Amino acid sequence: MATKILIPTPLRPFTDKKDAVEAEGKTVGELLADLTAKHSGLKAHLYSAEGKLRSFVNIYVNDEDIRYLQKEQTPIKAGDTVSIIPSVAGGAQTAEAPATLPDLTRDEIKRYSRHLILPEVGMEGQRKLKAAKVLCIGAGGLGSPVAMYLAAAGVGTIGIVDFDVVDFSNLQRQILHATPDVGRPKLTSAKEKLLAMNPHVDVVTHDAALSSENALELFAPYDIIVDGTDNFPTRYLVNDACVLLGKPNAYGSIFRFEGQASVFATKDGPCYRCLYPEPPPPGLVPSCAEGGVLGVLPGVIGCIQATETIKLIIGGGEPLIGRFLIFDALRMKFRELKLRKDPDCPVCGTHPTVKTLIDYELFCGIHPTAPEPTPSGMTEITSVELKKRLDRGDVLTIVDVREPHEYQINRIHGSLLIPLGDIAKRYVELDPSDEIIMQCKVGGRSAKAADFLRSKGFTKVLNLKGGILDWIDKVDPSQPKY
Amino acid sequence: MPETRTRQTLLVDAKVDAEIRRHGEETYPHECCGALVGTGNRVTATVALPNTTEEGPRRRFMVRPSDYRVAEQKAGELGGDLLGFYHSHPDHPARPSQYDLDHAWPTFAYIIVAVASGKSEAMTVWYLKEDRSAFDEGELNGN
Repeated sequence: MATKILIPTPLRPFTDKKDAVEAEGKTVGELLADLTAKHSGLKAHLYSAEGKLRSFVNIYVNDEDIRYLQKEQTPIKAGDTVSIIPSVAGGAQTAEAPATLPDLTRDEIKRYSRHLILPEVGMEGQRKLKAAKVLCIGAGGLGSPVAMYLAAAGVGTIGIVDFDVVDFSNLQRQILHATPDVGRPKLTSAKEKLLAMNPHVDVVTHDAALSSENALELFAPYDIIVDGTDNFPTRYLVNDACVLLGKPNAYGSIFRFEGQASVFATKDGPCYRCLYPEPPPPGLVPSCAEGGVLGVLPGVIGCIQATETIKLIIGGGEPLIGRFLIFDALRMKFRELKLRKDPDCPVCGTHPTVKTLIDYELFCGIHPTAPEPTPSGMTEITSVELKKRLDRGDVLTIVDVREPHEYQINRIHGSLLIPLGDIAKRYVELDPSDEIIMQCKVGGRSAKAADFLRSKGFTKVLNLKGGILDWIDKVDPSQPKY
Repeated sequence: MPETRTRQTLLVDAKVDAEIRRHGEETYPHECCGALVGTGNRVTATVALPNTTEEGPRRRFMVRPSDYRVAEQKAGELGGDLLGFYHSHPDHPARPSQYDLDHAWPTFAYIIVAVASGKSEAMTVWYLKEDRSAFDEGELNGN
């Protein structure tokens, strides 16, 4: 059965100047295949390199666009006339959509099909994702879901900065790493997992501790920075570097059951310093290692960071700019605070005073040198020394200032439990004439408790360096660590 | 078929030149578009068409299939052929963009007129290479 196909003016040179030709086929797809077989010059103009009909080529069966019928599966009946009708489109270049977006391969089109059928993403959005370069600071709790979802979504280049090795205590939340990875560099296991998930993306590993010396150079090749750090100096460093380079910072942070997320350092949006001009005093906000964190919490917050990153790349929706999202997992509630750009902000304000990266450890009050010694000249004791003194029969009071649930996991035999929060009312239980050893998990909280006792006139107070973890490493490996 | 060795020449009547420029200035800061009608390599009439793009008319133009049919029909009524299309580049040079290239049809003449701050400037003509890799610039009125 031959079907008549009407050819538009620009394609007639490929059909011997005829305005109508005949071809055979039971569906539009078969008909066009026969047509392009007979008139080979037509193919490149009707079909893209991926074998799809070009968007500006319209096929009509009689007076109906096949897009509203069954597309290329539209059946052809005897007597139907098929028309090829151009849409004519063009226009000046846009700054937002560079012409150099990479094409998608056939495999990629299959893989990202659920994105491609979303009008908000589509081919252009997916090609933007492929062209995008995103740097994840850290491959830990937040970095894991961020990097995994960005890789799955087809973000073409994913950089990761980390210098740590996988520890058993990471596995409760850092889902990039599995049990066999313990002891391996996080970068190694991260790269393996991401490439196994999506071999079409490029994973660039940066084995380094982020610092004021390397941050600007590390960030330079990337479009968006995703902050998944767990400490204040690095958080301020990431913020300032993003502002100085004009790169958006998809920010997230987690603690116990509460998480935060926002997008900082966009062109007209606020930065982290507009919200927190000054860091909290050192020790006031405990780290996750000290305070704990719900394992699934970084999953929730990391997914928000990944979502915001993808939105920034494809340019859709309402980004989390000027909005500070607070998530409470226990109550399962989200709150949103409005955030304004502070004109007096020292980094992103109208008259910035911070124009280069500074010493962030110092800025956050963390001094590399030891604290002032007490008159006795000694503030600390090591695990090995403590063991030696206990073994030779010295009478020492060991005060564990952790929480009761931590005490249940492991403890130094004979220690007295007084959580840090209770020390101000319970220190009277202690005898200032005794030698007192203060101890916590890694030594931070107990140092504060020791300072408090000294302020109350205790003179023979020592802090156990490295806390119970160091004690278990060096003295009592029979106990579990957390 | 376009010769690749020598530049194709498109002759444009003064009336056509003026119509294209006026259309570009009228729609500024948006892009205008229309069809070129004539015989051989001589454009004797234009058919102004609505810009139906949904992507922002400052940077894009789109002629719907129904308007394309109107253009072919009008060309016939005017006793000529559809030779191509024109569009304007508001505040942008009269050079085809990647977007123009991605959407171009073979053999058509594509006239681009630059309109800077509401005033028409350079006008150029372009033909798609047969392998779709780029445009060849043609000569307008032998210039």
